[in-house]
Amino acid sequence: MTTRPFRVLIGKPGLDGHDRGAKFVSRALRDAGFEVVYTGIRRTPEEIAAAAVQEDVDAVGLSLLSGAHNELFPAVIAALEKAGGGDIPVFGGGVIPAEDIPGLKRAGIRSVFTPGTPVKDIIASVTALCQAQAAKV
Amino acid sequence: MATHPALQDWQDKVLKKMLDKAPEMRPEFTTLSGLPAERVALPTVIDDAYVAKVGFPGQYPYTRGVQPTMYRGRLWTMRQYAGFSTAEESNKRYRYLLDQGTTGLSVAFDLPTQIGYDSDDAIARGEVGKVGVAIDSLADMEVLFNNIPLDKVSTSMTINAPAAVLLAMYVAVGEKQGVPSQKLEGTIQNDILKEYIARGTYIFPPRPSMRLITDIFAWCSQNTPSFNTISISGYHIREAGSTAVQEVAFTLADACAYVDAAIAAGLDVDVFAPRLAFFFNGSSDLLEEVAKFRAARRMWAKIMKERFKAKKPQSQMLRFHTQTAGYTLTAQQIDNNIVRVAMQSLAAVLGGTQSLHTNSKDEALALPTEDSVRTALRTQQIIAYESGIINSVDPLAGSYYVEGLTDTIEREALALMSRIDELGGVIPAIEAGFIQRQIEDAAYTYQSAIETNDRIIVGVNKFQAKESITPPVFRVDASVGANQAAKLKSLREKRDNVKVDAALAALATAAKGTANLMPPILDAVRLYATLGEICNVLRKEFGTYSDLKSR
Amino acid sequence: MRTPADIIAGILARNPRAVGRAISLVENGDPRAGEILAALEDSRVAAATILGITGPGGAGKSTLTGQLIGHYRALGRRIGVVAVDPSSPISGGALLGDRVRMMAHATDENVVVRSMATRGRIGGLCAAAGAAVRIMALAGCDPVIIETVGVGQAEIDVVRLADLTALVMAPGLGDDIQAMKAGLVELADILVVNKGDHPAAEALMLEMTPVARERGRALVRTVATEGKGIAELADTATALAAAQRASGEQARRRQRNREAEAVDWAVELLRPAIRAAIHSAGPGCDPRATARAALADLLGRPSESLPTLSEAAFKPIIPISPIVESVEAAHGCCSATHA
Ligand SMILES: Nc1nc2c(ncn2[C@@H]2O[C@H](COP(=O)(O)OP(=O)(O)OP(=O)(O)O)[C@@H](O)[C@H]2O)c(=O)[nH]1
Ligand SMILES: [Mg+2]
Repeated sequence: MTTRPFRVLIGKPGLDGHDRGAKFVSRALRDAGFEVVYTGIRRTPEEIAAAAVQEDVDAVGLSLLSGAHNELFPAVIAALEKAGGGDIPVFGGGVIPAEDIPGLKRAGIRSVFTPGTPVKDIIASVTALCQAQAAKV
Repeated sequence: MATHPALQDWQDKVLKKMLDKAPEMRPEFTTLSGLPAERVALPTVIDDAYVAKVGFPGQYPYTRGVQPTMYRGRLWTMRQYAGFSTAEESNKRYRYLLDQGTTGLSVAFDLPTQIGYDSDDAIARGEVGKVGVAIDSLADMEVLFNNIPLDKVSTSMTINAPAAVLLAMYVAVGEKQGVPSQKLEGTIQNDILKEYIARGTYIFPPRPSMRLITDIFAWCSQNTPSFNTISISGYHIREAGSTAVQEVAFTLADACAYVDAAIAAGLDVDVFAPRLAFFFNGSSDLLEEVAKFRAARRMWAKIMKERFKAKKPQSQMLRFHTQTAGYTLTAQQIDNNIVRVAMQSLAAVLGGTQSLHTNSKDEALALPTEDSVRTALRTQQIIAYESGIINSVDPLAGSYYVEGLTDTIEREALALMSRIDELGGVIPAIEAGFIQRQIEDAAYTYQSAIETNDRIIVGVNKFQAKESITPPVFRVDASVGANQAAKLKSLREKRDNVKVDAALAALATAAKGTANLMPPILDAVRLYATLGEICNVLRKEFGTYSDLKSR
Repeated sequence: MRTPADIIAGILARNPRAVGRAISLVENGDPRAGEILAALEDSRVAAATILGITGPGGAGKSTLTGQLIGHYRALGRRIGVVAVDPSSPISGGALLGDRVRMMAHATDENVVVRSMATRGRIGGLCAAAGAAVRIMALAGCDPVIIETVGVGQAEIDVVRLADLTALVMAPGLGDDIQAMKAGLVELADILVVNKGDHPAAEALMLEMTPVARERGRALVRTVATEGKGIAELADTATALAAAQRASGEQARRRQRNREAEAVDWAVELLRPAIRAAIHSAGPGCDPRATARAALADLLGRPSESLPTLSEAAFKPIIPISPIVESVEAAHGCCSATHA
């Protein structure tokens, strides 16, 4: 495989409009050489899944600050599966209590980033997810 | 002390009038060690420049505050933003807070309510009752204020796009309690422009949204004269990552757009302007924040007087609520947040705020627990009762540093506002993405400085500690969504649906024309039409707005 | 879904994953791309109308595209969109944000949207845009819309890819539009004044009306945020496309465009060999002479048989034949349609 930019979709499921984090991560990923498709705020899990499949991304990142992650992150995984993108790795971030993380991982969220995670750690982890995904193609 | 005619004038006209009307809380104020505390400390020489730029509290240009005696007369309102889950649960929390000494209620609605969806709408999945209370109809609102007499409390409601509907519900609850609308006190946020800019709970495109707002202004000036009809908010602009200068500039630019719209709708500036309130962020750079509040007050006074020709002093006064900066709270070593909040509260009080919400230490993790809410409230009370800051009005005036920063913020914010004017005003500047991009760039710069350790955040990128115990987090009962849905189902069966449909049709007709929308909304609310039903009628007539592209 | 045959079958079955994957393979220069490109010689691809949407940054291209999606869906058409945004020249990364304005139809399986980055290409599109558009056509989309990056006067790749190009302008973008008058305004088939709700829209309409009349172009006023003027724009495009097809203009353009694209690829393919030849010959002191000598060497022809440098220089990039007749056939005259 030639070297090419990884493609990542950053989605905001749920209804909260706090996109400071999502935008920062999008920009940081762009500056690290990623092509980032940003969906805008207030997307349903189905919309995010459909976009991820059409855009043929290597990974999907979710940002949510309203506390609805336990419902909506797994809903995105389910929607992806239904849309034929069940193999696309999903990571997430936001105001997520530590005790929720194991449950999210069991639901198929590959990495969870809580507030204060250095962005270089996020980039490294997303890069690894994308590399593994690209190797499968 | 050299006297200046303006000082005499202020003493005779402004101060005396206030003291006659509302005496100070104590006959005399002293420091902790018994020294006399001056009400308003003044420079040794009072010259024209001082009078024009800094002046005296309670008098134009209000740099030193909107009241001549400030907190010696009355403390700021301690108003804790709260609400979660169902109306029943939130009602309990409000009564707890009132017992603990808060002096005003501040209602947090959940996101479906803020965006005008009923709890049983598919899009509300997972969000019902999460960041605030779920209100679907007047029935929920009745429960929310059960045993809270609306003529005794002032209630602030963080509601924007569907503000007209929630205000109508509040008025209708008042009616049921036998409280006439004329006696209701409180604030609706009702600031849609900052939703497009920073907060995201918009529904309709800008122009019909502005119509809803001016309809509220007009209706309230007749029906709820003691209600603040808007709370023009820089808070969320700052939370989204702006600088202090941008916060002031964008907030005041928004305010100008509302005043323009109201004047264009035929309202008299001195009728609605006294009901405009503001809402700012209290962030961590203590002295910059104090300067920010002072600069904003002076700018607004000048704008109202010079640009909008407002004559009443109340029209020129920038009265504001402050909330401490949520974005500065860290998930690491959460006790540190108590100190941050204390510092930010000091900034707000030293800057002359009218009311204050203090964040709780655990809000970077989840909704606050009852214990941490109490500590946050105690922080305000300690400042009010132990710090001595309230003894003297605008105590930092005359500091070379603070006065200099006040001037700088004013100058830079005015420059930014004129760039917005060049773009044709706030709405075109939003549509062109100018304002959002400015904020995004500032947020990126701020965060990048943290990532590179150029900016230290204690406990995050320096002085880290290994934390073994995870603090208890507050959880909203997961069954709220199902409960609300069940309540809606039975409501729709019980109410008179023929009448509801007729009221919704009348609303649609009004929306097509130019009539004030408050009366048909109030009619629909009284018949228990739901929030989602009412907003769907308006969605159909007005269309919806979609997110802006990020660059 | 890894073999080209699987992917082609998936495209024909309208599987969105296959469409997305096929575009990526072409975009990434994957060895499997060749077989997929070969499958694009297909009547479905020939029949689909490709509509270019170009214009300065922020004029409302994406919002308009979002509205056109709604319009064509209401007519029961299956529609594809390729939206291009610039890559950062520093990191090579990109923020692809056009889709935000097209999310109203995100879960409609008859709407296929692909965001692409320019990846160093400077003409307003990316190298794989043509293939992406054709892949969508093969997947049953008609029309396929291609949205360019925000352009100035020089980015005109889109007119070589699309059957029809709409140039979107908006009030308040003064200098950009002046700059375009020399370029895109000449080349576009439809001129759109968007943000028709803006106080200065009338002035821009007045400015563009004689320009449109002079060149026999349709001029449409829209308010993309409110959906106004969308039907007029779509109808104008449909009528023009039909007229072009009937008059043989479409076939001529496509042939010319394919030729131009082939030339591009030929130059691309030659580039490494040229670079090697020049590198081994050394740059000399006159780079132009070096170029001539190296190329002659490479082609095994005497350098006298190559065009002289003055002949080669500064030919107009893309002569476009005017289509005044077809516009008038469609409209009776070049009308300024008001929203
Ligand atoms: N008032 C008004 N605003 C519009 C209209 N059309 C688009 N906009 C606004 O203009 C801004 C830019 O719109 P886009 O559709 O993203 O523009 P674009 O041309 O795709 O921009 P790039 O892809 O960045 O080149 C957005 O804020 C839109 O809401 C319109 O008809 N009227
Ligand atoms: Mg665009």
